[in-house]
Amino acid sequence: MPEAVLRRRRRSGRRINLFLWLGALLLAAFVVLAVLGERIAPYDPNAQDLFAMLEVPTSAHLLGTDNVGRDILSRIIVGTRFTLSIALASVFFAGIGGIALGSIAGYFGGLTDRIVTGVIDLLLTVPNIVLAIAIASVAGASATGLTIAITASFIPPLARLVRGRVIELMAEDFVAAAITVGMGHTRILLRHILPNAATVIIIELSLNAGQAVLIGSALGFLGLGVQPPAPEWGTMLGASREYLTLAPHLVVAPGIAISLLVLAFNAFGDGLRDVFDPASTT
Amino acid sequence: MIGFVARRFATIPLVVLGVVTILFVIFKSVPGDEAAFVAGATATQAEIEAVRVQLGLDQPLIEQYVRHVSGLIVGDFGYSTTFRGNPLPHIINRLPATLALAAAAIGLTILVGIPAGVVAAAYRNRLPDYLISLSVVGLLAIPNFWLGMLLIAWLSVDLGLLPSFGSSGPASLVIPTLALAARLIALVARMTRGVVIEELRKDYVRTARAKGLSKGLALRRHVLRNVMIPTVTVIGLQAGYLLGGSVVVERLCAWPGIGDLLLTAVSVRDYTLVQAIVLIFVVSFLTINIAVEVIYRFVNPRLRYA
Repeated sequence: MPEAVLRRRRRSGRRINLFLWLGALLLAAFVVLAVLGERIAPYDPNAQDLFAMLEVPTSAHLLGTDNVGRDILSRIIVGTRFTLSIALASVFFAGIGGIALGSIAGYFGGLTDRIVTGVIDLLLTVPNIVLAIAIASVAGASATGLTIAITASFIPPLARLVRGRVIELMAEDFVAAAITVGMGHTRILLRHILPNAATVIIIELSLNAGQAVLIGSALGFLGLGVQPPAPEWGTMLGASREYLTLAPHLVVAPGIAISLLVLAFNAFGDGLRDVFDPASTT
Repeated sequence: MIGFVARRFATIPLVVLGVVTILFVIFKSVPGDEAAFVAGATATQAEIEAVRVQLGLDQPLIEQYVRHVSGLIVGDFGYSTTFRGNPLPHIINRLPATLALAAAAIGLTILVGIPAGVVAAAYRNRLPDYLISLSVVGLLAIPNFWLGMLLIAWLSVDLGLLPSFGSSGPASLVIPTLALAARLIALVARMTRGVVIEELRKDYVRTARAKGLSKGLALRRHVLRNVMIPTVTVIGLQAGYLLGGSVVVERLCAWPGIGDLLLTAVSVRDYTLVQAIVLIFVVSFLTINIAVEVIYRFVNPRLRYA
């Protein structure tokens, strides 16, 4: 029996690392594309070539050209920057907002907790993409508006997660000890509670980043995100809709790019969870 | 049971009031003169002032808020520029299309997700499991609108099997349902796989096997009964995705539901209509969650006495 358990552990151990590494590797590749952008793109992403419109993939244009003859490969490469920076920025700000609200509610409890939890519970009843659309309609259709919209839709669930973890940790002896020796609230929160909540938060943020890519590209697709001619992937897909019959190849590349990036974040998050929180997996 | 449902429904107005308040604050902070916008670009100053008085926009914010809320209680959602009046009847007209899409997606999820998860569990760490688990990972990464576009390109444009957009009979429901359900199917399959693997280890399965039941029969007779619970959980947790995802899919397939209407409202800056539709989404979300809790009690008798 112990032999079987060990074998199972070894086997699952290999798979876990595979996920984590696959995700990390893919993410690193996307970061390289985002940083280098124009420097490695074969063409100017916005240069039109009216003699080469809607071309299928050739050796000159590896992924073909769009309706005004722009090179799709170059647009995908340069577009990485938009999608990746919107996803990372919204996850970063949602992280700050969610951690702040969640830890204040969980740590102080009482009335503060009831007010914060009340507002969070209300916002959780609005489907996140609907909330993002409503906020994007107010904040304006741009990369900034999109980031605000996605951030706002991620804060409530994250705050709830952090609050739960903080309340759990408050019951630990080391927190009671810290209170007894007279440490300040800020120090207890920052030094003793949040570091212990970090794993849960990082895993959640990594999975949120995948969601952010999906929501961001959906809003771009709907015309509520980054505006054309910027080569954001969702926006590109929105523009390619009209050419579905004429040039279906336009639809393929941006969709694969989005899926790969989401896959990278998901694999990374799942891998992290398997490594740090094995109890949650079956 | 009836008392439980009534108690849960009684909380809806309170939640709606909270959401209404938050939306009121958000949309009142939009820069620009609302009266001038409603009156139109060609309106004279006098006409703008007339609209302002008519809509009560000359009143203090707190009075506007009271008026807004008391209007909602009697079903008056305010002045929508798209419909030149109360948008509620128009929203209710379109609601069945969205509900049909959501129901079809849930149905397909149960039909495909559960069997896929059971098969993966039964063939754990063998080829069928790897194929299903791989599909799950893939389906969770693919954006629903892209899947919808591919399905349109393949099923309607290439093969000419299905209408590519609009709502002409049940065939038009196929592509939006597939696009919307893909993520749910993946989540349910993954959850079901985990639960079945766990259940197969339990004593009652060993007992069943010991008295001579085959693995397949033990699975069908005993384990499957416990699979509905996680499925219901996933659908409850994903109610937000179901409603939000329908917005995107409806726009892609020109499906005439309230999600499509929401996007129209956003594009013409009809904030009255946007708020009204968001509220309808919230009520639908709460209703789905109550339904989930009721079903929970049916499939899991342990909860009935809790």
